[in-house]
Amino acid sequence: MGGSTTLGLAFVLLFFVLMVAFMVTGRRESGRHLREIRAFQCIGRSIGLAVESGKRLHVSLGRGSVASSTSAPGLVGLSVLERIARATSMSDRPLIATSGDSGLAILSQDALKSAYREVGALDQYLATSGRLSGLTPFSYAAGALPVMYDEESSLNIFLGNFGAEAALMIDASERGGGITLAGSDSLPAQAVIYAAAHEPLIGEEMFAAGAYVQAGPAHLASLRAQDVLRWALVGGILAGAALKLLGVI
Amino acid sequence: MKFNLRAPISTVVAMAVGLIVLAGYFIQLPLLTSLRRIFLQWGVILAASALVVGVVNLLSVHWRKVSTQQKGGVYSAVLLVSFAITLVVAGYSGPTGGGTMWIFRYVQIPIESSLMAILAVALAYAIARLLRRRTDAFSIVFAITVLAALLGLAPILGVEIPGLHGPDGLRDLLARIPALAGARGILLGVALGAIATALRVLMGADRPYGG
Repeated sequence: MGGSTTLGLAFVLLFFVLMVAFMVTGRRESGRHLREIRAFQCIGRSIGLAVESGKRLHVSLGRGSVASSTSAPGLVGLSVLERIARATSMSDRPLIATSGDSGLAILSQDALKSAYREVGALDQYLATSGRLSGLTPFSYAAGALPVMYDEESSLNIFLGNFGAEAALMIDASERGGGITLAGSDSLPAQAVIYAAAHEPLIGEEMFAAGAYVQAGPAHLASLRAQDVLRWALVGGILAGAALKLLGVI
Repeated sequence: MKFNLRAPISTVVAMAVGLIVLAGYFIQLPLLTSLRRIFLQWGVILAASALVVGVVNLLSVHWRKVSTQQKGGVYSAVLLVSFAITLVVAGYSGPTGGGTMWIFRYVQIPIESSLMAILAVALAYAIARLLRRRTDAFSIVFAITVLAALLGLAPILGVEIPGLHGPDGLRDLLARIPALAGARGILLGVALGAIATALRVLMGADRPYGG
């Protein structure tokens, strides 16, 4: 095993140990304070308004294949989708999920079905609620546009792997008068999202979504583990820079 | 009471396969490596099968729109007809045959290029809207940086502006130092978030497979 592989394994193991430790200690703590992120405060309010006014909600999961390195943001999107499906199970108009990858589309159907089953509202589930809207970046965007224009969704959540085509979808959402909340792992998409979205999520904020929508103690524990390791990395980078400056390395 | 046996089984299978693939990446044992390769091959086959299911889903969504005469049903009809034509042409001439390539070159590429052109307009409009909606220091810095990056891309009408163009110009300075540092910081955060997500799935805390 090479040096970098050992370091990688050690890092993942440390992450795992921290997550388990925070899950155990987190059970004893009550109401851990989370930093205020406007986008997540907005979600709760907008969901309530949408259900009351009988408007539709739309979650777009991006086009990161589940069998690739870009799958993580899509998985975060699926957690949020499941929580929102539960919260809106009483709505007259069922939630719609669009994706640009067929695997992700199947998982979105599965997430919707299991969420409705858990709250005893399986009759709300439609196979067409989890949709594959296109397989190329622009066909995906073009396929998602009618959900925002024709089906008049009042809250559009974009959580997943996107490219610059996210601008077209966000633009459609904003023109339709809906609230837009968006986050992605890709840098070009983040630049676009910052400029275009009503509520942008920058950097790792998207990965904190589960903790903010109360998807379970593991989400809070992973958020705390991320915080600890981020500070460790910051310390390591600064120490490395200082040692380099002093000519030690 | 109905007991859902599928949930624990699918969770155990997902966790076991995930752990073997992860271990096979870090630990070079012949058994682990070959198991990892086999699971990844299965993953590729499953992803290909999912593609067929996805296309059927796409067609059923649009068929429903046409048959129930929903708003925008005409566009769905266009999609269904285009799909049928493409399927016949690609089935007859093959994936790289003349007919398929004609469709690709003269239909798909022009349509996607037009969307890309619209994208430029949408982005310019988005920046104007950003300044109207959130007039704070970050938005102003963002807009100035975008402007400097765009203007500094190439000489304007053949004229180089001192301090903006060239290897020591503002654009180059922005790209080399603050943009690079910011991008690395964001990517570190994204990487930590991605590891956390993967570990939650491996621990069975997140079950995107509906288990």
